[in-house]
Amino acid sequence: MPNLKDLKNRIESVKSTRKITKAMQMVAAAKLRRAQEAAEAGRPYAERFNAVLGGLAASSGGDSAPKLLSGTGSDQVHMLVVMTAERGLCGGFNSSIAKMARAKAEELIASGKTVKILTVGKKGREQLKRDFEDQMVDHVDLSGVRNVGYDNAQGIANDLIHRFNEGEFDVATIFYNKFESVISQIPTAQQVIPASFDAPAEGAEEVSTVYDYEPSEEGILATLLPSGVATQVFTALLENGASEQGARMSAMDNATRNAGDMIDKLTIQFNRSRQAVITNELIEIISGAEAL
Amino acid sequence: MADTMQFDLVSPERSLASLQATAVQLPGADGDLTAMPNHAPTITTLRPGIVRVESPEGNAEFAVTGGFAEVTATGTSVLAERALPTSEVTQDILDGFVSDAAAASENATAENLDELAKRTVDIAAMASELGLSVKG
Repeated sequence: MPNLKDLKNRIESVKSTRKITKAMQMVAAAKLRRAQEAAEAGRPYAERFNAVLGGLAASSGGDSAPKLLSGTGSDQVHMLVVMTAERGLCGGFNSSIAKMARAKAEELIASGKTVKILTVGKKGREQLKRDFEDQMVDHVDLSGVRNVGYDNAQGIANDLIHRFNEGEFDVATIFYNKFESVISQIPTAQQVIPASFDAPAEGAEEVSTVYDYEPSEEGILATLLPSGVATQVFTALLENGASEQGARMSAMDNATRNAGDMIDKLTIQFNRSRQAVITNELIEIISGAEAL
Repeated sequence: MADTMQFDLVSPERSLASLQATAVQLPGADGDLTAMPNHAPTITTLRPGIVRVESPEGNAEFAVTGGFAEVTATGTSVLAERALPTSEVTQDILDGFVSDAAAASENATAENLDELAKRTVDIAAMASELGLSVKG
């Protein structure tokens, strides 16, 4: 039986933990709102961009298409871009991405492909380092970045395209968490090089429109494809940002609740022990008095 | 004939404008063009320059650093890499554009050297239109 002082200390410590988790939850809630706004503000651009690029890509398939669209003709070397958070304490957020990336990497290695891994965010790197130390090619550190901007995405995309042009890999896939709601984030794998597009919706008006292209269809495609990679990376970063805060918020909410339960339990235990001590003392006094 | 069309200006980070316009002047990569309602469907890339919008509520100007525009009979959408109202362009921002372009030129390959050089010149041209100047 722990003595009263120990119990008291324990309760105090859980109380301060609860304060911390509560504060983290509120910070995450505030950040989540901002991240969600950013994700929503970026959506129109990404949607239009993909619609136009998808239309262009569909109409200009064939051998003359740029490599970013048609690929190198092989799929031997895979680049996995694993995007995670810079911080922990956000539930299964980082692990779910790492798990998905690990499964994919193992599957590719088992089928004889070469895998290279580029990590964005410290946590994913830490988790994958143990198993795939040799496959790690680079790491992008965003810990100094407060609000993720298009520039960050462009930096990652340019690096990817540069590596692609050097022939370092054939296929690139990004891993991130898609934000569904505060309690649900979906780990997603998306192939960015060679570019893949969702099929345009049935009966979309764009299909029937014939565009004039200036300077030329190929010229536009060549300029847009690199930006397309950047846009996809940017969307992923924004979704990830919102997901991270959402995951942290619900994780911290749980932690706060657990701390509350723990405090209740400890308080009952504390009161019982105190009662026991008082009863003991009373018995001692009474039996002392009777002995006289 | 409709005398206005939908005009949207979006950058990756935010949507800057969405309004009814009578005419939009675009800095196309091959030269300026003005889109009006019932323009033939066109997709063009943009060079750094100024997008001028004329609308019944008044005119607006935006500086863009590139991107592309989609023109249809009923609307014009500009998807800019970076865009901001010309009134918000300061010397600092302009210097940022210039140094970005310069940094890009430094690791240019033979193929896109011309393109990047043109970019720098375009930014300078845009600057003089805005009454600012490019250092160096």
